[in-house]
This record gives sequence, structure tokens and C-alpha cells, in this order.
Amino acid sequence: MTTTPNGNGATSEIEVPDELANSVVITSIAKLLDPIYNWSRRNSLWPLGFGLACCAIEMICTAASRFDISRFGMEVFRASPRQADLMIVSGTVTKKMAPIIVRLYNQMAEPRYVLSMGACASGGGPFKEGYNVVDGIDKFLPVDVYVPGCPPTPQALVNGLIAMQEKIDQQSIATAPWYRKSDPGADLLPVPLLGPDLVDVRQLDLIRKEAAAANERIEAEAAAVEASA
Amino acid sequence: MSDTILEAPATGDQPVVFDNPVDEVTAALKERFTEFVADDTRPGYGGLVVSADKIVEVAEALRDDLGFNYLSSVTGVDLIEEDKMEVVYHAYSIDKGGDAMVLKVQVDRDNPVVPSLTPTYPGADFQEREAWDLLGIRFEGHPDLRRILTWDGFHGHPLRKDWKEPFFEEEAKPFGSRWPAGEVFRAEEKNVYGKNVQYPEGWAPSGAEYEAETDSYAGITYSRESTPGLKTEKVTVNMGPQHPSTHGVFRMALTLDGETIVGLKPVMGYLHRNHEKIGERNTFIQNIPYTDRLDYISSMSNNLGYVLGVEKLMEAEVPERAEWIRILMAELTRISNHLWALGFLLNDMGALQTPMIYYYIERELILDLFEATAGSRMMCNYMRFGGVAYDLPDQVRDQPVMDFLHDLVYDRLPRVLHQGDELVTGNEIVRARGIGYGYLSAEDAIAFSAAGPLLRASGVPYDVRRANPYSYYEHLDFDVAVRYNGDIYDRYLIRIDEMQQSLRILEQVLPHLKATEGASIIGSKPQYALRMPNAGEAYGRVENPKGELGYYMTAKRRSANPERYHVRAPSFINLTALEKMCMGHKVADVVAILGSIDIVLGEVDR
Ligand code: SF4
Repeated sequence: MTTTPNGNGATSEIEVPDELANSVVITSIAKLLDPIYNWSRRNSLWPLGFGLACCAIEMICTAASRFDISRFGMEVFRASPRQADLMIVSGTVTKKMAPIIVRLYNQMAEPRYVLSMGACASGGGPFKEGYNVVDGIDKFLPVDVYVPGCPPTPQALVNGLIAMQEKIDQQSIATAPWYRKSDPGADLLPVPLLGPDLVDVRQLDLIRKEAAAANERIEAEAAAVEASA
Repeated sequence: MSDTILEAPATGDQPVVFDNPVDEVTAALKERFTEFVADDTRPGYGGLVVSADKIVEVAEALRDDLGFNYLSSVTGVDLIEEDKMEVVYHAYSIDKGGDAMVLKVQVDRDNPVVPSLTPTYPGADFQEREAWDLLGIRFEGHPDLRRILTWDGFHGHPLRKDWKEPFFEEEAKPFGSRWPAGEVFRAEEKNVYGKNVQYPEGWAPSGAEYEAETDSYAGITYSRESTPGLKTEKVTVNMGPQHPSTHGVFRMALTLDGETIVGLKPVMGYLHRNHEKIGERNTFIQNIPYTDRLDYISSMSNNLGYVLGVEKLMEAEVPERAEWIRILMAELTRISNHLWALGFLLNDMGALQTPMIYYYIERELILDLFEATAGSRMMCNYMRFGGVAYDLPDQVRDQPVMDFLHDLVYDRLPRVLHQGDELVTGNEIVRARGIGYGYLSAEDAIAFSAAGPLLRASGVPYDVRRANPYSYYEHLDFDVAVRYNGDIYDRYLIRIDEMQQSLRILEQVLPHLKATEGASIIGSKPQYALRMPNAGEAYGRVENPKGELGYYMTAKRRSANPERYHVRAPSFINLTALEKMCMGHKVADVVAILGSIDIVLGEVDR
């Protein structure tokens, strides 16, 4: 009896006669299809044509004559998120822009990937201390690959894209999240809001709690002033 | 100055170096508005302090009678110690050139109200909105005083000296946590939300009133008035901030009648990175790399403008070789920027990517020189106060640097210009889409404070390198490129003209570089721990590829950080004229017109 692990990591038990053992392989659909899926996906990653700041200039240079991104099948920059597979967050994410970026991500069809290009997108970069800057797009989006640099050279970006391809090679249709869900809207990320500052809707409760505490403190202070008067 | 300076040819055609007309005008203003103007007597400061209720009259006199018809820059300043708000105006004379006439208005800090100059100088429009947004100065009579860089509902006015950002550590750098103690921490750890956010005390969101969808579209109104005759409705269309032709995260709200533009409002701030707030916390030298990121396609000349300003404050001498290297870098930057701009302009006009690819392969040569010299392709961080950071490298692309430069200036760059010219300039589509579209008259260009190629393509031969020369430009022989039709096509042509003039300048610079090889490239003052010897203000300006780039800064005596640091960004102010240029054209033309202004968002939003 041969025990073969299938794509899900479980084992299936099927009896294979000894004389056939050399010519029969027990596998799963996922295992057969994964290489094909991954091969085609990794070689035609269409990026969203979407420049945020200085890093976008190097992204364009990567796409232009000298560095020629089409060697990787990625030259098809799409203006519409519906047609894009890869979002290259190329530059400083400001608070004013953050809701729009999350919406664009939600609009992309799956499978979708995010590459954070440069110091700003990865963690705020030189502008981190600014009042209108988001300290890293990963506060709002799941990032697959980070490319360091300010700006990363085209070579570095290409390296990041190759890392992305390697990551795609590891995927399996059996485990990829987008084939597993029952509710297609479940993966939509909450879009942050613009209030007096950027509001992450996942933190609404926390903000309210802080506000209540602050109000209590203010009231207590006022009461103390009244009592002393 | 050594004998390597070429004698300027003494023919009659040579442009005149202007005498400074500012003193004359100052005297005239004092005579006319005796009781309302006074010299700014603070040590190190200049210009006239005008009383707030007379500023409009003074500005009109300046424009109509005294020839200072170009209001270049409007800066708000928070004078917290004197409990005042100040607005600083820099006006120039287009005809006479020379220095700026500086006017100042000081008002009460608690209720800062200044009459708006937008009706007199339409170019003040966005700048006044910016001062309202960031400093809370209210401009009475401004047609549309809304926030411009932050969003409606933002709390406070961030450039006020007593406003603190969420990641606030200390008033000025170097922060105690970094030096000398060196106890670095992550700012997120000190914030309850783990992010770069803060909310007004006691502010509790209900979650319902902030609908992301409506919020993103706030500020755009839908108009439904029907036009007489035809039963059509005007409709408002949003374009950007994610749009392939807005050159980044620029956004426009267009009102259309059919396909015709009847209204256009730029919406910006999507890349507002708080350059000025960070700059006022930084030490002087820490600001140089930040200037790289303003107009990130022309970092070298951004550096130049900034160091010129600081050099005025600290009165630094620049060695000769450093000046030549600065000009070399600034002019190569101009070429690299214009190659970029033309590639994109043609892209916007329908020549999808092909011209771009031809132009960029040569631009890479310039970037390689930058990388070999300064260490980075784009963010050069190269100029220093009193010189430059490094001498030219020995080799670029395995060629001795002088040979490389010679090839570049005499062969590669002229060739690509010629090739582009031959393939594109006469092209039928380029002519059809360019000629007569996006017209801006000379008067309007001046009134809207347009600068750079946009101004000169409208027939105004104003170039800071000539009108108010800095570095060694007065010793160089070049023409101010000018075109007269003020349309997209002329803006295309003028960039080619300018590149040719830049090549002409470079040809003159190369012998000097050779002659000064090995000479010193930086003054003797140490760059670190630099402190201003005297209190005062300075305004450094250069002719950047996109127009006049100015840095206004003030410093206290012995201070290491600027008190106020403001950037006059040409891309930002050039956009004031966009609506005017687009009116009556079709939607598709807006894309080309925007491309012909050549904006870069790092500079628009700062
Ligand atoms: S990482 Fe550097 S180059 Fe990239 S967007 Fe930020 S500042 Fe610009």
C-alpha cells in the first residue's frame, strides 16, 4: 500500500498493486493544477497603473526602456483596478489618500497582491512624523512584499517583483483564501474615514472609549474647580 | 573670481543686467502711503510693513503704477512670540527684473483677518487658501476660501507654532531621544491607537456621519441647471486622484455641458507630506534631502534653491568649482526634467509611450551621472551650504567623467533632441491637438503668477536666471526661450528650446570644469551643527525646470532650525491658471493641457 500526501496535507489511502507502483502517482487536482495556475499567474502580473509619489518615477523607469519590465510579463499597467492583479504602492500614503487606496484594493479582482515600494509605503519613511502621513500602508492593507529604499532603484523593484513571483509559486488553489470563502464580500477591507483625523473604523470602539475617558476627566476637573470655588 | 570666467561678449544684443528697482519703489510707496507703510525694522528683515486695511490699495498701486505686476509668493507666518500673524508678499517686476518688493501685513493672532489680494492678483488664490488651511489666516474677499491641502473637517491649523502633530516629540531637532542619548523608540508605541493619528479631546465618532463614499466626494457640487435652448443638463465629473493622466494623485472636479468644460476645480492635498512642518522642526542641513522630494524629478535644482536661501542667511562664500558644478547639475536636471515632461505630454496627447521610451533612454545617462556623483539616481541630496557634497567622480559608465560629459553634451543629448524634434514636432496629431488649445494670454499668465515654461510660452520672457541672476548665470551666454502663442504646442516647443539653451550653457561650463579640476568644492565652514550667525529672513529662488522655485525662511540668531520655512512651488501656483485654460475645451483636451503645464505632485502638495 502506498500512502501519498495530497495537496491539502492529508493522506489518502488507495491501494496500488505493486506491479503498477512505478507508473502510477497518486495526487490531487490542486497539485496538478497549481503549477499551471501559478506559472500563468506569476508571468502575467498586471500592475495597477497608479503612482503616488517619487517612488512612482522609479516604477515608471522600471517599466521604460532600460529596465524593461515586460521581461516579466508585467508591462501591462492597467488604469482600472478591475483589470489589475498587483497593486504597487509606490510612494507616500497620506491620510487624505488612504481611503481611496483601500477602495481601490477592494475593487481589484482576486487574486490580488500588494507590493509596498519604498520607505514611505512601508513605514512612513522620511515623512513619518508628518501630520498627514500614514505610517505604513500595512496598517490598512495586507502587504505581500516590501521593497526597501528611498526610492528603491529599478533593480530593487525588479528584485521585489521576483520575490513576489516566488511567493506566488508557493500558492495552492486548495489553500488560497479567495477560493475558499462562501461570502464574496467577506474580504472587503473596511475603508478608513476622514474625520478630524484619519479614522480606522476597526478602532471606532477604542476611539469612543478614549473620548468617554477624556470627557470624564474634563468633567471631574470642572467639578473640582467648582468645589474649590 | 578667477580668470577662467569667459568674457561676456560685448555686443548690443546682449541682455542687460538690471539695476535693482526695489529701492525706488519703496521710496514711492512711502511717499504715497506715508501713514500706512513702515520699514520692517527687525534686524535682518527687509521690506515694508503695510497696515492691513491698506494692503489692497498698496497692491494695486504696485501693480498699476509702479510696475511690480507679478505677485510671486504669499507666505503666512505665525509670530507666536509677538502674538501676531504675518502675511509676506513677494512681488516682482516682469519688465525690470531684479529683487522682490517685499510687503508684510501683521494682524492679531487670535483673529487674523487680512483683505484678500486674489481680486487684484488672481495668482494669490491657492496660496491664500493654503495660508488659511495651514495657519488659519482668514482672507476677507477671497472668492472660495476653503481648505486646500488638508480636508474639510480637519482639526486645527497645523503650521501654527502651538499645533502639535500626533508623533510630536520635541520642538526642534536633533531630538533628545536620538542624540546624544540615543534611546530610539517607535513612535507608534507611544500612541494609544498605534498609528499616526490623534483626535480632539472628547471627540466620539458615531460612525454614521462619516460615510467614506460621500466623504471622498465632498466639495464637489452637482449642478442641474438647464441651458437655455437645448434641454441639456450640466454634469459634474470627477477625475482623479487615481487616473492615468493626472500625473500622480491630482484630482479635478469638472463641470461639463455635453463634452465641453464649463467649470473646473482642482482638488489637491493627496500628497500633502507636511514638508513645511517637518522643515521647521529640522535643522537647516536636514532639510536638504527633503527638498529633493519636492519636485522629485529635479532634485538637484531644488537643492540649489534651498542652499542659495540659506547661504543668504549665513553669508557663505562658494568656491568657483562648486558654482560650475552646480550649474552643470542644474542644467542637466532641466534637460532630464523636460525629457520627462515631453514624454508625458506626448503620452497624454495620444503618442502612447513610444516617444517616452526614446527620451528616457537618454535620461538614464544623466541619472547615471547623478548616481555616480551623488550616490542616488533621483534623490541626490548633493548641494551643501557653500558648495557641493562631492566632487565629480572619476568615471561614469566606465568612461572618464569629462569624456562622458563631452559625449553627453555634444553627441547624445543633441541627437535625442534632434530625433524627437524630427519625429514629433511636425506630426499632424501633435499639431492638431496642440495648436490653439489651452490658450493663456501674456496678461493672464502674469496675473495668475504662472512661472517657467508656462509663462514664457505665453510670450513673457521672464527667466530668473536672467532677471535676477544667481550663481554664475550672469557670466553665461544663453537666450531666454520665449514663444508667443500660449498654447499646448508652444509649450511643447519651448521645452525643446530650453533644452537647447541648456546644452549651450553646458558647452560653456565644460571648459571651466576642466580648468578647475581638483580645486576646492566647498567653503571652509563645517556643515554639521550649523547655526545662523544672525537673525533674519531670506528668500532664495531659482529658475527650476517647472518655474520659479522660492524658499522663504526666517531664523533667530544662533538658531539651528528655521523659524518659518515656506516653499513657493511653481507647479502648485501654475495650476491656478488651469481652469482658465480649459474653459470651453473638451474633456480630452484637459488631459493634454494638464500635461503641458508639467506638474509634479510632490511639489503641488508638498
Ligand atoms: S520612499 Fe522616498 S522616494 Fe519613495 S515616496 Fe517616499 S520619499 Fe519618495
